[in-house]
Amino acid sequence: MNISRRHVLAVGSAGLAVTLLPMPAQAAVDAGELIARFTGGAAPVDGPLTITAPQIAENGNAVGVEVACPGAKSIRILAPANPNPEVCTVHFGPRAGSHMLSTRIRMAETMDVIALAEMEDGSFVQASARVRVTIGGCGG
Amino acid sequence: MDTIDARPRVRVPRTASPGEVVQIRTLANHPMENGERIDADGNRVPRHIIHRFVCTFNDETVIEMDIEPSLAANPFIEFEAEVPESGTFHFAWHDDNGDIYEATADIEVA
Repeated sequence: MNISRRHVLAVGSAGLAVTLLPMPAQAAVDAGELIARFTGGAAPVDGPLTITAPQIAENGNAVGVEVACPGAKSIRILAPANPNPEVCTVHFGPRAGSHMLSTRIRMAETMDVIALAEMEDGSFVQASARVRVTIGGCGG
Repeated sequence: MDTIDARPRVRVPRTASPGEVVQIRTLANHPMENGERIDADGNRVPRHIIHRFVCTFNDETVIEMDIEPSLAANPFIEFEAEVPESGTFHFAWHDDNGDIYEATADIEVA
């Protein structure tokens, strides 16, 4: 078999491209679609949900995010542009002192971080915060 | 999967008044491998995370948390609990490898 230099270069660069770009290939999750997956299609309504995050995060490996929503059964945090858009879901028990959670999340790139709260009556409330990420933090 | 020395730490007030809402901070050591990282040899590092965290007070749930790979390494979790009486907080971090890292903290309510 005759393998030309051009052939080798083409195969090599294709492999390199795949290695360097694993995230955009997988990250094409539409935020609305993602939310619908958890609400069963119900549209989120306005409510007392707040999400607090920095406007600019220099390091996407650990971005502090706080969510709070009085009257929520659970709150989910989503980072739609991440290869794994789900971050966490917190369920509040009878001994919870407030419906608040503060944690640190990974962010692959600049995006709207979404909080989605399920209320006691089964309705959903949504809020989001734009975070500009200087250096992405999802490996790759 | 590797064994992790998670050294879970919790910060809970020692005392409170009945019905007071207290702040709780927790931290565990864990790489939280999200399954996306490529190591120096070009191989994908398999997923290995803490996927669940539970805090109870006197066997009643404070919070339960389902965790996905997009939580940052060395998970930091802060929340609040209401304490009606003296008792013990119990904390559990569930690792993908089956290990459970545990911590407890007593609080005196008077």
